[in-house]
Amino acid sequence: MNAVPDRDAFAPNPPKTLNVVDADRLDRDAQGRAAPAFFHCAIVALSAILQREALRFLGQRGRLLAALARPLVWLIVFAAGFRAALGLSITPPYQTYITYEIYITPGLVGMILLFNGMQSSLSLVYDREMGSMRLLLTAPLPRWWLLTCKLVAGSLISVLQAYVFLAVAAAWGVRFTPGGYLAALPAIMLGALMVGALGLVLSSFIRQLENFAGVMNFVIFPVFFLSSALYPLWKMAEASPHLRDICAVNPFTHAVELIRFALYAKLDPLGLAVTIAALAVFGAAAIWGYDPARGLAARKI
Amino acid sequence: MSGLVIESITHMWGAKQALEDVSFSVARGEFCALLGPNGAGKSTLFGLMTRLFTPRAGAISIAGHDLAREPHGALRHIGVVFQQPTVDLDLTVRRNLLYFAALHGLFGRRAEVRVMAVLERLGMAERSGERAEALNGGHRRRMEIARALMHCPSVLLLDEPTVGLDAAARVAIVDHVHRLAADDGLTVLWATHLVDEIRPPDRLVILHRGRVLAAGEAGEIGGTDLSERFIELTGAVS
Repeated sequence: MNAVPDRDAFAPNPPKTLNVVDADRLDRDAQGRAAPAFFHCAIVALSAILQREALRFLGQRGRLLAALARPLVWLIVFAAGFRAALGLSITPPYQTYITYEIYITPGLVGMILLFNGMQSSLSLVYDREMGSMRLLLTAPLPRWWLLTCKLVAGSLISVLQAYVFLAVAAAWGVRFTPGGYLAALPAIMLGALMVGALGLVLSSFIRQLENFAGVMNFVIFPVFFLSSALYPLWKMAEASPHLRDICAVNPFTHAVELIRFALYAKLDPLGLAVTIAALAVFGAAAIWGYDPARGLAARKI
Repeated sequence: MSGLVIESITHMWGAKQALEDVSFSVARGEFCALLGPNGAGKSTLFGLMTRLFTPRAGAISIAGHDLAREPHGALRHIGVVFQQPTVDLDLTVRRNLLYFAALHGLFGRRAEVRVMAVLERLGMAERSGERAEALNGGHRRRMEIARALMHCPSVLLLDEPTVGLDAAARVAIVDHVHRLAADDGLTVLWATHLVDEIRPPDRLVILHRGRVLAAGEAGEIGGTDLSERFIELTGAVS
């Protein structure tokens, strides 16, 4: 019934080392000092996931270029055109009249976070990434921790991209104080986590992703345009009070405002509260969506 | 200690019954083939055994650990090769394996030693520094098996691992996994729809439309021609 293969052709050398670790010993280890061992495994997994994201990011140089091209086109082309058309009055955190370039820079930082957050979270449901998602989810660690690792890794990449963009913007003439750049770090990270968590929620409900265009049309564009990223809310109110209300409840507006204030070393308490609350809600929804008893069960694997 | 025990597993996809009262067990060191046509429920069963999702009813025990009660204890004992590739093509073979090792809590020198051990075991030691992209289909599959063995699991689950391979690579992998069961005492569950991957002394479970049609020694179930018997069994209930 079966062909008899040449056994030696497959593994010509007998292995020198076989059982360096065995799962039972790990088990005994785990029973002996359950909490420290578990904590240790969780940290090892986190650093591996961070390292993998970093290596992948460095391996795909085009990704950084693509991520930068989008906001830079907006900053250099779009803002230049709008500068003349749009009058901005003095609203906090600004203390003087500002150019439109300065106004939209925090919004474009938000755009980077939004695109990268969606991309890295939704990569979980790309066809070619299905296997690596399974690998992640079958690791002997709690799901919420694995999702957190993935989220933190993607967010750190976003933060890196945001600062590269801020550096290029500075070269273009849009500058902030050193204190502002420093204060913006936690704000940008928080914003990145919030949109990344939203991406995780979507990835648990979307069956399979054919392409990124659908997400762009139905998630990224509405979230971005219905926010204070491009126009201040009072300007929106002039056009339509309803539009303004929609923008005001959009958590992305608050993430952008948090970053805007932070770039002037100021705190926007409402922005901070809403961004944290949205992160908590999206995070909980993602954990619920990925619960083995639910989430993936809704998706035919 | 039994390797793998599946007890009265029932699962639905919406209103569609995917698995109905599926029970069988595989002893330590045994090679068990899970044979079924496409759509028989093999992949659903793999999803349940690896806790990608949980069953509506029934229990799964892996190396004595109940998957529902102590999921992490059970998952630690499973090595799994999915149908989908899990390899990151941009990274080297070694990096890929180290990443997986870390997901199981292994790092540093212990992980490095283990990488070399599994690669040697699969005759791929000289490839550790190559980018995964440079490997051919057969080597990528072998690497998946090497990955699944990284944390010394006692139960190895393979979901149609020879899909897309040429005849020679297929024979080599089938033979190698048989040896892992015989020499290393691994419990192996090998899902396939190809009869020629099964040998007469193997344990065999035939799954069709979510039910177990037959379970026992392949030679006994198949008689002189397993292929014919398989078509007869699955044809009879369609």
